[in-house]
Amino acid sequence: MASNFSIKHQPGFTAIAATCFVVLYLPIIVLVAYAFNAASSTSEWGGFSLRWFQSAYQNTQVIDATLRSFQIGAIAAVLSTIFATMAALATTRTAPYPGLTFKYAAINQPLMVPEIVTGVALLIFFSRIKIFTGYSGLGYLIAAHTAFCIPFAYLPIRARLENMDLTLERAAADLYATPWKTFRRITLPLLWPGILAGLMLAFVISLDDVVITEFVKSGGQDTLPTYMLGQIRRGVTPEINAISTAFLLLSVAIVTLFFFVSRKRD
Amino acid sequence: MPDKPDRNAIEVVNVSKIFGSGEGQVAALDKVSVSIRENEFFTLLGPSGCGKTTLLRLIAGFDFPTAGEILLYGQDIAPLPPFKRPVNTVFQSYALFPHMTVADNIGFGLEMLGKPKGEIKARVAEMLKLVKMEALAGRRTAQISGGQQQRVALARALAPQPKVLLLDEPLSALDYKLRKEMQIELKRLQHETGITFIFVTHDQEEALTMSDRIAVMSSGKILQVGSPWDIYDKPAERFVADFIGETNFLTAAISGVENGKARATLKSGATIEATVAEGFQPKDNATVVVRPEHAKLTKDKGDVSGTVENIVYFGTDTHIHVQLDSGDTFTVRQQNTRSAGCGFERGDKVGILIGNDAAQVLRD
Repeated sequence: MASNFSIKHQPGFTAIAATCFVVLYLPIIVLVAYAFNAASSTSEWGGFSLRWFQSAYQNTQVIDATLRSFQIGAIAAVLSTIFATMAALATTRTAPYPGLTFKYAAINQPLMVPEIVTGVALLIFFSRIKIFTGYSGLGYLIAAHTAFCIPFAYLPIRARLENMDLTLERAAADLYATPWKTFRRITLPLLWPGILAGLMLAFVISLDDVVITEFVKSGGQDTLPTYMLGQIRRGVTPEINAISTAFLLLSVAIVTLFFFVSRKRD
Repeated sequence: MPDKPDRNAIEVVNVSKIFGSGEGQVAALDKVSVSIRENEFFTLLGPSGCGKTTLLRLIAGFDFPTAGEILLYGQDIAPLPPFKRPVNTVFQSYALFPHMTVADNIGFGLEMLGKPKGEIKARVAEMLKLVKMEALAGRRTAQISGGQQQRVALARALAPQPKVLLLDEPLSALDYKLRKEMQIELKRLQHETGITFIFVTHDQEEALTMSDRIAVMSSGKILQVGSPWDIYDKPAERFVADFIGETNFLTAAISGVENGKARATLKSGATIEATVAEGFQPKDNATVVVRPEHAKLTKDKGDVSGTVENIVYFGTDTHIHVQLDSGDTFTVRQQNTRSAGCGFERGDKVGILIGNDAAQVLRD
């Protein structure tokens, strides 16, 4: 009867589940498969080859965009994780007070505001600064990426802090540790897995961004995703498949690492 | 041991702690004053919410009093943060640092005090020996049992040789047998280290067996301070008598108060002798208490009389519940023997004899 109810045994469950998996993974499988196509088409199979990987690797624009993506991603991830750690400490190591909910909302703002709106807003805002200062380097992209990565870095750090026993910090203070030493010796070591998880999540989010980057970048500042978008507009070769496949592997690797790091206890 | 004058390690002077504000404010502590002597095993006993843990937190420095002073050997420590007080705590949850070994946990306080490495090492070894944990010095705290964690928590708090050790219900997470063992262990540690212990518990048996003196607390106030014997045999108020052990309440007319004794005339007409708390002048009518083991059941006429209502066998003794003719109930505890039953049956008409030293007049 009710105690034996299992959604797995409902009629149609297997069919729906299978459909979901096909819809999710078939396009990716096709994309990956054609990355190894010897022919120049993304729809007609011409035998197995690694030529498009080689072609992508020798394409200086691809390498250039990839290195820029890594550079922006690394700096933005580190900065956003530092800010997120401070925000997480400030919002968890305090008694609840009126306005705290508002602060949560403010920190998570980038999750709620449509990216296109942020993109347009930053475009207008930064163009003023560009005129005013004459500076047009990567700083704008780094600032924008840092801002929208903060909530992603914030979430795992805050989760870790909330699960941490406050008595541990109290015990350290009881054993003559000043607040700074308590932070260095107790809070920070126990927080590390959360910080690493936040760092990796922020890096992946930054690598992946198209919309805001598209609005904020100056000429010659393509990241890998915006470069790919530009290429597709001009007709697709399996080189795009090869780049996508490499990108996919990298993201999967980082997210897997994130999973293991955030699962690690103590 | 050389004779030392009785010194107070801790003096709590008129301390209040108010939580919240306006209409919703609650006094967790209401003008509490108590002195705790040097080298004493002192227990704060009371039900949850009575303020005992709040008082401990104020002494540790995790919270600050709304009013009043907390003196440590005469110096007011109430405004100091916890890391500036020579007082250490054993937490209910132990709060061992999970990313450190047993030895590093024990050495943490000394390290924070900036002691030289050699001294820390020697002291940690000494502490490990004291709590019999030498073999597990290199283990992570997650890899040891609850009882072992308890010992490490004790060693960690004792290592910096605090002037006062605070223990916040440290035995409540242990099972019965281990708890009994740790009670004896704690007594031994207190004796060996000579450190003043302030122990918080809601377990009256724990308080009676371990303490030199007990303060019974209720609703943010200390109701009575005294030796376990005082608290059990000479409860000053109804709450104390009721909270600790089982007892019988009888109303009586009081006369002839003299030298801490009075004559109490019960509803049955019998007059018994009762003790009165020092300095207390009872009114004409008062409540007297008699512990179940200090009364005797007889088939003849006693000081009070009634009918046996229920008989409960406990192994070591038997509790006989009597419905008194005056309407109250009275329980008598009778030691069991191997050969005979308790000698009474339900429905028996019985008398109850109350010894000359059995009754205490309550302040109420």
